[in-house]
Amino acid sequence: MANWLDVASVLGIMAVAVALLMIGGHFDLSAGVMTGTTALTVGIVAVELQQNIWVAIAAALVLALGIGAFNGWLVTRTGLPSFIITLGTFLMLQGLNLGLTKLFTGTVIVRGIADAPGYHSAELVLASTVDVFGQPFRIAVLWWLLVTAVASWVLLRTRFGNWVFATGGDEIASRNVGVPAQRTTIVLFMTTATAAWLVGSITAVRLTSVQANTGTGQELIYIVAAVIGGCLLTGGFGSAIGAALGALIFGMTQQGIVYLNWDADWFYFFLGAMLLLAVLTNRLVRRYAQAARR
Amino acid sequence: MSTATDAPGGAPLLELRGIGKDFGSVIALEGISTSVRAGQVTCVLGDNGAGKSTLIKVLSGVHRPTRGELLLDGEPVDFGAPRDALDAGIATVYQDLAMIPLMSIWRNFFLGSEPTTGWGPFRRFDRTTAKEVTRSELAAMGIDIRDPDQPVGTLSGGERQSVAIARAVHFGARVLILDEPTSALGVKQAAVVLRYIAQARDQGLGVVFITHNPHHAHPVGDRFLLLNRGRSMGDFAKGEVTREQLTDMMAGGDELTRLAEELGQPGGA
Repeated sequence: MANWLDVASVLGIMAVAVALLMIGGHFDLSAGVMTGTTALTVGIVAVELQQNIWVAIAAALVLALGIGAFNGWLVTRTGLPSFIITLGTFLMLQGLNLGLTKLFTGTVIVRGIADAPGYHSAELVLASTVDVFGQPFRIAVLWWLLVTAVASWVLLRTRFGNWVFATGGDEIASRNVGVPAQRTTIVLFMTTATAAWLVGSITAVRLTSVQANTGTGQELIYIVAAVIGGCLLTGGFGSAIGAALGALIFGMTQQGIVYLNWDADWFYFFLGAMLLLAVLTNRLVRRYAQAARR
Repeated sequence: MSTATDAPGGAPLLELRGIGKDFGSVIALEGISTSVRAGQVTCVLGDNGAGKSTLIKVLSGVHRPTRGELLLDGEPVDFGAPRDALDAGIATVYQDLAMIPLMSIWRNFFLGSEPTTGWGPFRRFDRTTAKEVTRSELAAMGIDIRDPDQPVGTLSGGERQSVAIARAVHFGARVLILDEPTSALGVKQAAVVLRYIAQARDQGLGVVFITHNPHHAHPVGDRFLLLNRGRSMGDFAKGEVTREQLTDMMAGGDELTRLAEELGQPGGA
């Protein structure tokens, strides 16, 4: 159980943030590679620049917020589909991850994060293991629950949450009634970047070495988890808890196939089937919601 | 034609004096004068392309008039942006309604002006108040909403218009501009909306009702401004004009007669 929860937790943190962004009407294809960028930043600043690991984590946060703000600013400024804009940042970051890692380490891997000053406190917060009823749990599970709870509260109980639904539902209409749609979009992109930073930091501290290709290809998995959890691809509908459950289902399927001794090659077939099923269910929900009562 | 000052209902809330608007060398509006009084409905009638939309945009602050004066409570005003008009109490309900179909009624009602409770990082959307106010404001308009939690998309076109009107009233509108609120609706739904227009009027609002349908305008209107190709074809008080005259003037009377003759003849004649 601890195992599939472990898979689900790191994915879930990202899926929840990506779900908020999707409800707000946008995609972030750079979210996956950004977990790599932040993990590598933690590694390079802590090991190559020999800083305290907390300084490295803070530097990664500043970088992530910058990338998120850039994504959001470009999307709101140009009005181009976020799919294309973040595809651009995705590819640029992928190149930077490889290029800068090689530049600093001469290899495609950053090692020795465990030797950085302050590592033990960072490990305690980001990568320790807690026993609950005799079962060992990664502390990332706790972070996942916290992120889900906060995201859900913001979405359903705050003004900002109302603006997220409205911006994703109909951006022009919401601007007409005074919703700061552009600010909402930029904050959402910065939120996915922050989630990527959290996941990146957890990865760097837990594994103590980071590959330059970390996170690449994960961005679609986040979107799949959010959609399985009930987010509409067109925006304006979805939930944080749904996305967290989507991640959970993903983790259970991935580990379940292993436990059943099935060939793991089949995993993507099941993933695809779940995605289709989820999208078809979503369509029914939306039809119900949009059908005029006469 | 009567002048604005003879009509009952006190000083006009909003008065237009010789409003004109050019877009480059194109004259979109020329010499438009009428008045909007508290507790009265001013209907703006015109065919497609008559300048109704431009007039709305002048009134709601989207466009500045090129000529003429806009007076609010007798004082000249100059709206630079829609927000200025809103702050002055002029609310516009556009055809597309500015509502989000997948969001609940109460979320839509307060969208952009959400009440909050709590402090600091725990400041939150006051959902209890929002739901209560939505229900009571809609009830005051005579709109019976089964459940304020239902998505706006499940409401009929007439109900959506009504919610939009109730929202404008709640947020302190004194002048309510309605852009073709009945045009996309069936007969029954249009009747429902006309009833809400009368409700808003009875609450003391000045209503500007834009339509191309004299059958909708005549029963609720107190003044009728007829537009054709950007010019005023007359500004009448109720009683100065019958429904038939309105229909005739809108269609350009003679044109309609000629059309009737033309269509009445068998082909090839």
